[in-house]
Amino acid sequence: MNNSRLKIASLELIDITKRFPGVLANDRVTFDVKSGEIHALLGENGAGKSTLMKVLYGLYQPDGGEIRIDGKSVTIHSPTDAIARGIGMIHQHFMLVDELTVTENVALGLKSSRGPVLDLDKVEARIRQLSQAYGLHINPKAPVWTLAVGERQRVEIVKALYRGADLLILDEPTAVLTPQEVDDLFATLNQMKRDGRALIFISHKLHEVVAISDRISVLRSGRLVDTVPNQGVTRAMLARMMVGRDVLLDRPHTALTPGAARLVLEDVDALGVIGQPALRRVTLEVHAGEILGVAGVSGNGQRELAEVIAGLRAPTGGRVLLDGVDVTSWTPGRRTDAGLGYIPEERMHDGIVQEFSVAENLVLQDYDHPPMSNGVFLNFGAIASRSRDLVRDFNIRTPSIETTTRSLSGGNIQKLILARELSRDPKVLVAAQPTRGVDIGATEYIHQRLLEQRRRGTATLLISEDLDEILNLSDRIVVIYEGRIMGVIAREQATAEQIGLLMAGVAEGR
Amino acid sequence: MFHEFLSVATLIGIANSGVRLATPYLYAALGEMFGQRSGVLNLGVEGVMLMGAFAAYYTVYIGGDPWLGVLAAIIVGALMGLLMALISVTMQAQQGISGIGLTLFGVGLSSLLLKVLVGSPIGISGFSTWKVPGLNSIPVIGPIFFEHNILVYIAYLLVPVSLYVLYRTTFGLKIRAVGQNPEAADSLGVRVNAVRYGTVMLGSAMAGIAGASLSIGLLNIFQENMTNGLGFIAVALVYFGGWRPLGVLIGALLFSTVNALQLWMQVLGVPIPSDLAVMMPYLLTIVVLAVGGQRIRQPAALTKPYERGE
Repeated sequence: MNNSRLKIASLELIDITKRFPGVLANDRVTFDVKSGEIHALLGENGAGKSTLMKVLYGLYQPDGGEIRIDGKSVTIHSPTDAIARGIGMIHQHFMLVDELTVTENVALGLKSSRGPVLDLDKVEARIRQLSQAYGLHINPKAPVWTLAVGERQRVEIVKALYRGADLLILDEPTAVLTPQEVDDLFATLNQMKRDGRALIFISHKLHEVVAISDRISVLRSGRLVDTVPNQGVTRAMLARMMVGRDVLLDRPHTALTPGAARLVLEDVDALGVIGQPALRRVTLEVHAGEILGVAGVSGNGQRELAEVIAGLRAPTGGRVLLDGVDVTSWTPGRRTDAGLGYIPEERMHDGIVQEFSVAENLVLQDYDHPPMSNGVFLNFGAIASRSRDLVRDFNIRTPSIETTTRSLSGGNIQKLILARELSRDPKVLVAAQPTRGVDIGATEYIHQRLLEQRRRGTATLLISEDLDEILNLSDRIVVIYEGRIMGVIAREQATAEQIGLLMAGVAEGR
Repeated sequence: MFHEFLSVATLIGIANSGVRLATPYLYAALGEMFGQRSGVLNLGVEGVMLMGAFAAYYTVYIGGDPWLGVLAAIIVGALMGLLMALISVTMQAQQGISGIGLTLFGVGLSSLLLKVLVGSPIGISGFSTWKVPGLNSIPVIGPIFFEHNILVYIAYLLVPVSLYVLYRTTFGLKIRAVGQNPEAADSLGVRVNAVRYGTVMLGSAMAGIAGASLSIGLLNIFQENMTNGLGFIAVALVYFGGWRPLGVLIGALLFSTVNALQLWMQVLGVPIPSDLAVMMPYLLTIVVLAVGGQRIRQPAALTKPYERGE
């Protein structure tokens, strides 16, 4: 692509301030990016990264500060305005219309060369050109709902390039990718950089930031901590800047001798939401005092696996055993009473009742047993004292136990669920995506708690799309792909590369 | 009696009525389809139809040309659509409730206007039958399809036109996107609420024509609450048709044929209680929704007002 065509040589955000009711989301943040550069924006959830980028993309108007493109002060009123100035954004939650084809998604909102009539054939030809130039393999005719996550991201990138984005904002682009897909993405990003585009890479994954960027800016609590060149920084330094204190990055993992098999799945088959086969002859064992990690790309049966164990989804074949007892036909409540703890993937929908108070959510599993109730009436005194204990013990940051749960942050809601499930000292714990969307501080805390539960002899099934989490916590790792268990790997032998291949459905060299 | 019912002439008559009676369904349901594809459920169709029917009737009643009557129905329909959009798109009221409000408003206002402006309803001469030259002399086909008033032909033309608009124009692409994922559309600079205003007003204007097709096309009179639930059936037809023009066409023909059958049975004195016969289309509505409702995927953002979030 021809550099002289580029609309942005440099972009500066100067002293940007953005307030929301009760929150100072950005406090005089200054940030700049140049043509031919990848500038990483690093920070925990809630640090203000997304707000800053939404200001840049015209979704928010700043309360103070200015934006300069090539030294000239500009106002960006809307995304349309941003796009017209050559700014593109790849959102964390893809902005794609599932029912439309790739071409239709790209053409949406653009002027057609034929006036009111669509010119999809021309759009398609240009998409093919762009995919060729950047190694983005896309079928323009495919409806988006048929595409895998990695493909959808490529559609987003093509969408931005098609609109002439010279500056591309990528919001947590690697969160949903396999390690191999991350490599492909990085190759594409480097190609764009060579073409003179400016890239802003938002992430909280330290090693990725170190691997891809030229400069790194760290945000914490709405303020810019520092902007540093990539040369000479270490992950520990960055983590300290992000959190404001030292962080344990790799936990020493003490070997424990696992006990008896507490959770056993034998040849379990199950169907997914739309009736597709989601689990195929899944067999696994989790022992007392062991964390079994389930790695895999989103949508390969993880959700169904968790639901089958929790009793929320009936398997179409096979058995589930809890402490040697066949519980396949048991209700979720009966399984809970038998010692099963469950941290669901969708914490806002499946983990809590959003409109309930913190106290009510904390006793959701126990409200019908003494001392919380005598079988008919609730004992509010016991509920309140139990809740206060749990809020304190699990460090849940809430104004009071009467606060409506939905107003808590994601990390605190997750700690609430953790408190409810772990305080029952479960024999078996299913933890599905326990730290997704949770800040690094809360993540660290949740990991500690899971490891403590391991020491107490709980058999934990850890389902996660975060490979680092799996590698850090698990004693053994299985990879799930299209509903099948692809292989069991002991922690000592596990490498990210090998797991990544299994996650992509490439079986071990047999 | 039955051999009379089954004569060729009768069957052609039933088929001709079926084709003709599908007209109001087609206008109303195709219009409603646009609104729903963009995410707005307008349950006010019934009221809009009544207002459109009255506007057209009154225009002709005071001496206007039938085409002027159609124009009046379009304007009144579009204005009621504007009201619906204001309440449910801008003010984000519950769409089911605001639509029912619009229906009650239309029922009440149209009968009030009838009493004040006209008094007791009298017949008028609206659109007359226009036999398509040449085509109407084809045996069987001719009398069934080509002996109708002009509004009937236009209704059927709107099926391919709707298909074209929905799948071949930029406006259609915006409609489909806004009804499925308004956030995504917004992020690409599509003005979500403007699209919804457009579709709701378009749909209501078409509901207005649906009313006119009754009062100055099929029946040539206006009576209090003359639509008699037809607007609600049109909403059900959109579901039945799976939000697609051809599906809506099939549904409209199915319903109008059942309706025609029912009317002819009464005319010919087939010994079935008339109340039972009149029930048939409504019964069919319930059956169709119960059976079809589960497997068809509706627009994901249907009934959800759009607000730019976090």
